Amino acid sequence: MRLQYPTNIEIIKVPCTGKVDIIHLLLAFEEGADGVLVAGCLEGDCHYQAGNLRAKKRVQRVKEILDRVGLNAQRLEMYNLSAGMGTRFAEIAREMNARVLELGPSPIRLAKASKTMAKAA
Amino acid sequence: MSAEIIDFSKKSGGIGNSHPQGAVLVVGGGIAGVQAALDLANTGFFVYLVENSPAIGGVMAQLDKTFPTNDCSMCILSPKLVECGRHLNIQLLTMAEVEALAGKAGNFTVTVRQRPRYVALEKCIACGVCAEKCPYQVDDEFNQGLNKRKAAYVKYPQAVPLKYAIDPERCIYFKPDKHGKIGRCRACEKFCPAGAVDFEQVGQEHKLDVGAVILAPGFKAYDPTHYESYGYGKFKNVITSLEFERILSASGPYEGHLVRPSDHQPPRKIAWLQCVGSRDTRPGTHGYCSGVCCMYAIKEAVIAQEHAGPDLETAIFFMDMRTYGKDFERYYNRAREEAGVRFIRSRIHSISLADPASQDLRLEWVAENGDKGNELFNLVVLSIGLEVGDNLRRLAQKLGVALDADGFVQTGSFAPVATSQPGIYVCGAMSGPKDIPYSVMEASAAAAASASLLSPARQTLVKEKIYPPETPVADQEPRIGVFVCHCGVNIAGVVDVPAVRDYAQTLPHVAYVADNLFSCSEDTQKSIVQAVQEHQLNRVVVAACTPRTHEPLFQETMRAAGLNPYLFEFANIRDQDSWVHQQEPERATEKAKDLVRMAVAKAALLEPLQPVHLEISQHALVIGGGLAGMNAALNLADQGLFTYLVEQKEELGGHARKVSHTWKGEAVGAYIDDLSQRVLNHDCIEVLTGAEISQVSGFVGNFETTVQCDGRERQLQHGVAILATGAHSLQPEEYLYGQNDRVSRWHDLEKRFAEQPQLLEEAESIAFIQCVGSREPRRPYCSKICCSASVAQAIALKQRQPELNVYILYRDLRTYGRREELYRRARELGVLFIRYHRENKPIVESTMINGREKLLITVKDHILDRDLKIPVDYLNLATAIIPRGLDTLAKFFKVPLNHDGFFLEAHMKLRPVDFATDGVFVCGLAHYPKPIEESIAQAQAAAARAASVLTKGYVEVEPIVSVVDEDLCIGCGLCEASCAFRAIRLIQVPGKGYRAENITASCKGCGVCAAACPQRAIDMIHFRDRQILAAIHAGAQAQAV
Repeated sequence: MRLQYPTNIEIIKVPCTGKVDIIHLLLAFEEGADGVLVAGCLEGDCHYQAGNLRAKKRVQRVKEILDRVGLNAQRLEMYNLSAGMGTRFAEIAREMNARVLELGPSPIRLAKASKTMAKAA
Repeated sequence: MSAEIIDFSKKSGGIGNSHPQGAVLVVGGGIAGVQAALDLANTGFFVYLVENSPAIGGVMAQLDKTFPTNDCSMCILSPKLVECGRHLNIQLLTMAEVEALAGKAGNFTVTVRQRPRYVALEKCIACGVCAEKCPYQVDDEFNQGLNKRKAAYVKYPQAVPLKYAIDPERCIYFKPDKHGKIGRCRACEKFCPAGAVDFEQVGQEHKLDVGAVILAPGFKAYDPTHYESYGYGKFKNVITSLEFERILSASGPYEGHLVRPSDHQPPRKIAWLQCVGSRDTRPGTHGYCSGVCCMYAIKEAVIAQEHAGPDLETAIFFMDMRTYGKDFERYYNRAREEAGVRFIRSRIHSISLADPASQDLRLEWVAENGDKGNELFNLVVLSIGLEVGDNLRRLAQKLGVALDADGFVQTGSFAPVATSQPGIYVCGAMSGPKDIPYSVMEASAAAAASASLLSPARQTLVKEKIYPPETPVADQEPRIGVFVCHCGVNIAGVVDVPAVRDYAQTLPHVAYVADNLFSCSEDTQKSIVQAVQEHQLNRVVVAACTPRTHEPLFQETMRAAGLNPYLFEFANIRDQDSWVHQQEPERATEKAKDLVRMAVAKAALLEPLQPVHLEISQHALVIGGGLAGMNAALNLADQGLFTYLVEQKEELGGHARKVSHTWKGEAVGAYIDDLSQRVLNHDCIEVLTGAEISQVSGFVGNFETTVQCDGRERQLQHGVAILATGAHSLQPEEYLYGQNDRVSRWHDLEKRFAEQPQLLEEAESIAFIQCVGSREPRRPYCSKICCSASVAQAIALKQRQPELNVYILYRDLRTYGRREELYRRARELGVLFIRYHRENKPIVESTMINGREKLLITVKDHILDRDLKIPVDYLNLATAIIPRGLDTLAKFFKVPLNHDGFFLEAHMKLRPVDFATDGVFVCGLAHYPKPIEESIAQAQAAAARAASVLTKGYVEVEPIVSVVDEDLCIGCGLCEASCAFRAIRLIQVPGKGYRAENITASCKGCGVCAAACPQRAIDMIHFRDRQILAAIHAGAQAQAV
């Protein structure tokens, strides 16, 4: 289909979104990601029965943490789509990218960058 | 339909000599052929798969979505095609046809003629340069001629084998110049980077020794030019349903944009006309129902609505809505109530062009109540039927296989995949119109029939690949080789491949880098092996297309290089980079570097893994001793696999004992008696009647089932289970059933007349009411078999007593497929059909007429628009087929039920007899109501699938499973509660209390337990936390700077 979407989206493969751990999401932010999107199967269509519903809860939990530490829950989102929905994936990627651009760089990334710059100086 | 009764079951039972060939020829590479080939190759037989076109995939590859799940057709088909293409024991012979057959069942010699492709299969790297350079455009038949392809072409993007071909009918090279000489152009040959084009190629003739032949060549789509009044071919916006599938498809002629052919504008109003070429009596048409068109038309309308949104208007013009399959009626209801598809009961006589400028079309019709309709449509889709092509008739003739009047292969109900020639089997649409799940079932059944014929020769001709011993690498420092692929211009046209390669060199642990034009080509595979050996690499990263199609290939290469296949990692820089960032080459190059860095970081932490082999019990358990259960058991036993058959009742036979004849006229009682005897006397079957299952434990390969039988308890060890517990017919509470003994149901009336013939002689009128308890809000499914059953009974009554009045009160007459013949005959004999609405059901009262006790039926006739009062002597009700008590068994075997209480298979389309739980299979009415021949086919299919587990002798489990660290585990049980497959459980460990334990054979590798564990005591091999975290860390590095 070769539908175009922004280049700053990098995909990490997991067997099921049920495998996505809170620690994985938090590490991504800690490492400076501006946004994280979790793409799981359609609800009711989980290849492993209900992994995506578990992921949904975890994403919700991490959203609360993000808000509490001042990172903004908006930086994290879970989407449900099937392997046959390429068009939707590209749409989501653009949607998420636009959202993150609007939110601006993650404070963690900025802090890291200034630290690196300070070191360099 | 003739009075002659077909029973090929006996003929195909034995073979002439005891040394049959362990190979099978499968003709046709559509979904049926592919399934049959896979089932056979996975149970120890070598398969030759002969396909006429350059690639396998068949019509299913052309479909956009599939009903009733709306799954993307290509997405679910493609893995099967890939498996078929890569299978060591399946030899694909594309562009090939069967010429002749000699010998007999068990020992055939088949002559296959293969046309030249003019492209060397082993050299072609599918880069597409030949097609790009080819100057000659022709209609693309895969897209139904809606767009063009070149004379050098690949059939479709996901084709298997993914190899180009040159079309000699069109290619300039083969066209003589004015001096009569050939050999012009040769652009493809000149530009092919692999030197694969070979105009010297000639056709080949193969003589293949096989034990059995399976015919699966599919069907031909009906050509609607016969209907002159529809203007197909004349009006641009009158198209066939297959053309519409291509229009909807993202890989189709309009890239998935729903536009019409005349002006490439989105239509606002689309009509579907049903039964084009089917259920018709005019010359050039067919009397039978094509069986699939109602559902595909609804699906096309629903998908069109999804594409275009609520502004699109869709209307389907039909005669009877035949949504008779599992979940079909629900799909129909949703289309009507939610998607807003309009359903108009009328057969359109003609289509006229409303206006030459707009190319809009006008339809005029008369509705059921006599009202006239007249509307404009922007696009009209003809729901064309299925027929047998001339080439298939010729094929049947060459093989001596008997056809019926419509050209379909003749089969009998009791041996649904056996042809008139012993050792030759048939599946799919060549033996009658049918949908994908039923074709897949028949394919597995044909595999089962072949396997039981050839079981002495199992494992005699199969090959096994030998790999060099694995280099132990666990203690070595990682030495990673990174291979970056150009993929022709696919990657290199966007991403700076040499820059990515050089960048990879700078990453930790990277010991070797290279870039290749096509990493998947034979010679690159060799160079990877060489690099591994020369540079002592112990991990490999390939940055290329996608792991989806190519990971298995590179894992093979790893094994060839003496490395464990799990030490391989893919960086997806084509599908997830160059293809989706075509406009941003610099950023795409940066992203490619990121992806390679992430892959390298993960690769450094990869561990060698060994597939787990678990010994299994090679016994089978079949639950349910009815028609389906007995057939499943018999087939397994004939394949030499010991089977327990457990039946609740004291006698085998189930409900089939109540049925007198099949719809084709075969006597059921004698068949069941014979079948029971064969089952009871079989050395490989132990029958337990009067038996009740009380407990089941274990998993695929090692089940233990407790059975209470004859007052004692038996423990049965078995590797697989087939659930065939059947269904029941509803005892209704309407139409005076149970109150007036003139009201009966199903086969009770036949039985009454058989016992008291004078009652029929005295009767004047008899009525049948259809859909009693079916297609109701409480039970929104069609019971599938009732229309044919009542119509067949009505015919029998009319034949015995022509002056008898016989009425059938129905909602939609669903004599699907070849059964349409029954409907036609019943009308010919004078059976009266009266349609009623669910909202306006017939009323039945007891009454006396001229001193005789009668029933008075009042029903509204929608054509006359008035109430009819029909006095009858007897009323027979076609009541719903309902599941009963399946939930206990479902819990025992951890398998799901659907919303109607029938067993729910692993996949409605392509895994119609499997459960998602490995080693458990389903067949017969417990799956869904179905006629005898379909139950038998499904039973044989279940046996084939079960045999593929048992004949292997062990279960191979992918080692990507979770592992528990006993020291960290606190035995809280959250993992056990979170696992959907019961693959992790708490056990008592002496001195430690409870600890979690993973059951490798049941683990599907989803990782849910690992994420649920609060102690981080569970990790998932190959997706370990540290591996995922390393990838996240590496991915973040780019942004941190």
